Amino acid sequence: MKKTIKDKTTNLSRRRFIVSTAMAGSGLALGFNLPFAATAATKRAAAPGTEVNAWVVVKPDNSCQIRIARSEMGQGTETGLAQLIAEELECGWSNVTTEFVTPGQNLARKRVWGEMGTGGSRGIRTSEDYVRRGAAAARMMLLQAAADQWQVPVSELTVADGVITHAASKRKTTYGKVAGAASKLTPPDAKSIKLKDPRDWKIAGKSMKRLDTAQKLDGSLVYAIDLQLPGMLHAAIKQAPVFGSKLVSFDEAKIASMPGVKRAVKVNDGAVAVVADTWWHAKKALDALPIVWNEEENGTRSTATIAAQMLDGINAPSAYAFRNEGDALKAIAAAPKKVEALYSTPFLAHATMEPMNCTVKFSGDRVEAWASTQNAEATLAALSEEAGLPLDKCEVYKHVLGGGFGRRGGNQDYTRQAAAIAKQFPGVPVKLIWSREEDMTHDFYRPISMCKMSAGLDASGNIVGLHVRVSGQSINAQVNPASIKNGADARQLQGYAKEPGDAQLGYDFPNLLIEYSMRNTHVPVGPWRGVNTNQNGVYMECFVEELARAAGKDSLEFRRAMMSKFPKHLGVLNAAAEKGNWGKPLPPGVHRGIAQFMGYGSYSAAVAEVSVSPDGKLKVHRLVLALNCGHAVNPDQIAAQVEGSVAYGLTAALYGELNVEKGRIVEDNFHTYKIMQLAEMPKVETVIVQTYDFWGGVGEPTICVVTPSVLNAIYAATGKPVRSLPLKNIKLV
Amino acid sequence: MAKLNINGKVRDVSVEGDTPLLWVIREQVGLTGTKYGCGIAQCGSCSVHINGELRRSCTVPLASVKATDKIVTIEGLSVKSSHPVQQAWLDLDVPQCGYCQSGQIMAAAALLKKNPQPSDKDIDEAMTNICRCGTYQRVRAGVHLAAKKLASAAPANRKTKAQA
Repeated sequence: MKKTIKDKTTNLSRRRFIVSTAMAGSGLALGFNLPFAATAATKRAAAPGTEVNAWVVVKPDNSCQIRIARSEMGQGTETGLAQLIAEELECGWSNVTTEFVTPGQNLARKRVWGEMGTGGSRGIRTSEDYVRRGAAAARMMLLQAAADQWQVPVSELTVADGVITHAASKRKTTYGKVAGAASKLTPPDAKSIKLKDPRDWKIAGKSMKRLDTAQKLDGSLVYAIDLQLPGMLHAAIKQAPVFGSKLVSFDEAKIASMPGVKRAVKVNDGAVAVVADTWWHAKKALDALPIVWNEEENGTRSTATIAAQMLDGINAPSAYAFRNEGDALKAIAAAPKKVEALYSTPFLAHATMEPMNCTVKFSGDRVEAWASTQNAEATLAALSEEAGLPLDKCEVYKHVLGGGFGRRGGNQDYTRQAAAIAKQFPGVPVKLIWSREEDMTHDFYRPISMCKMSAGLDASGNIVGLHVRVSGQSINAQVNPASIKNGADARQLQGYAKEPGDAQLGYDFPNLLIEYSMRNTHVPVGPWRGVNTNQNGVYMECFVEELARAAGKDSLEFRRAMMSKFPKHLGVLNAAAEKGNWGKPLPPGVHRGIAQFMGYGSYSAAVAEVSVSPDGKLKVHRLVLALNCGHAVNPDQIAAQVEGSVAYGLTAALYGELNVEKGRIVEDNFHTYKIMQLAEMPKVETVIVQTYDFWGGVGEPTICVVTPSVLNAIYAATGKPVRSLPLKNIKLV
Repeated sequence: MAKLNINGKVRDVSVEGDTPLLWVIREQVGLTGTKYGCGIAQCGSCSVHINGELRRSCTVPLASVKATDKIVTIEGLSVKSSHPVQQAWLDLDVPQCGYCQSGQIMAAAALLKKNPQPSDKDIDEAMTNICRCGTYQRVRAGVHLAAKKLASAAPANRKTKAQA
């Protein structure tokens, strides 16, 4: 308990440091002249530290401030990275404090902290190697400094909890005492360092308490939306309701005399903001502001026209062939038994609890932003572009995010808007906050898609051929259109890859054709926790279930028979089946479903238990999820992510749906875009399978098996497959 | 000018009477632990206690609050996070992003005040705040643990329970 309280004070002061530095209007310069030093309130963080290397600052009291480059949005990466560093550093967990680096600092130091982007479940798996090497290098330098001081070979020294011992002469010193000398040594070659065997870990691999919990319990954590700066103004924004339409005019005179209003301003081509002394004043005036939009272009689109587009892609004579092995169409045509199904999934919003927001201040030739961002470097780039200032005149101060889920990564619309507004108020910090309605109707949504599945079974019930045709909107078509040639967007087929590694399909089909028809709409789309593994997992795993039933075989055995070449997929499937008591008796009315799928370099499987009442009411009782992410850095936080993936996935399955009418999104707040509540949360049990031979993601992988396992359990309960989502629209009995 | 009693301190606020209490607390008083999530009393991120009752402050107009009403926000729930709910949340690492947790904690504290030993069903009914990270399983466990902490606390607490 003491430990956590200590961590609380240091974490608080760390964040205060970032803010107060920035408030001085010289964040960048101060940051470099006195890296991360001393404006903080508490003694510990305030004490000037010695930077041993980019990752580690040692304080005289022997505490170690660990630099974190990735964003923290609840997924626990801050704690996990600190564990990996503390493990190699041998500083002792109770001596650890953390500090977020800024993209300006990263840029100025030639990206010494590597990539800052936090998406694709990469936070730990793609930084583990260099952060551990950085920590090990720091440890070696600290030990060398002690060896130099005592004139003994470094090999005779041992270290534990930041205390260095020379047993032969019974001498002891601390990291705090030798840090100064260590920082002057030539660093060892990072690549030549031998890292610890993860099986010997003492801090990493353990369920250490999160470093950031205490400040989330008393309201003291300052999210970007909470930032208060002297003289700050507040902005509320309204964007063109129809995507792609433009602002024609607005009548500022109508609101000019409303309380607190400063001005109404145009924000790029498609939005208006009201700037006022408080956000509430800004929002009230914005609601009263007459605005004219040009809605001609996309104003006729609707859920029905978009569904027709998807269906067109299903029925199109040809499509991009992602995998074509053997002759699936011929094999299916010749099979004694054919099975077909058409599945569909809707647009979904991220709906992070903290709505989009950003504060920007222009001061002379410099600009600063305070943001919730999954990609601080993308925020810096957006700020630079919008401000028209070079990158080294820009800085971004990251706050802990009130949820990310993919919304706050590459798409920096809110940063650009805040910059466009603040530019019109030089010298004044302006905080832009989106209303929930703006947040929900101007998201980068999970893409809509549809999938036709066709298969042939032989007389023994074996699959002889499978044809998958996905029709849907492409994320890359929006973010990186140059990457797509002739509709060949492999990303939309995430989870169906032949190659091992990231998102491999874990079944062996004798004949297989997987195709994609790109059908883009005017609705903006983007990555949403689990991205396309969500839809593709449903399509594959629900159809395999239909095939198992058509073949008259047990769902688990039917899958196992196709998985002999995929031991890791099979490993998690078996683990979920075992913990989930597959094949064992259930209480009356309760039914099981199973699923396995892969994404983000990790393997996932789930067993769901549900019941459906005679009047069609669904209750999800229990989910057992097995995850092989290679290395488990913090098992309790992995369990937390798995539990979270169930809530996020199940919310989508039960309620998630956005409709389009007259070109705009209909559902605009939680009363129409319903989110699952505590009462609906099933009991979640997490099984971590750790094979230590790779590093996989954690935040996203398991979501792809949540919905299919539940849908397959519903199928078991009702005898009817569910082929479209959300469930609220389906009559189960 | 209106007078508000927030966390035991009387404060003067000068803003229109139709301003939601949430925005008075955040923008006039400067206490930002109470969060904006929806503005229509759906998500519970803005939950506070008014005279001991759980209220979603985003739909409570300033004009409806009397100077004698006692408002408690997350910042005033306890000294140094000593409330059993906060302690339980710490023990179980309940929060993920944390944004909704002020509201979750205020809702849990209000529940336990009325019902110191809630059943799962009681928790289902009382805890309707939205969490997008999906901390629900730990919120439930946290309420049970807080109830246990309460029960083993000073006899004075049990007296309060009996009276309630």
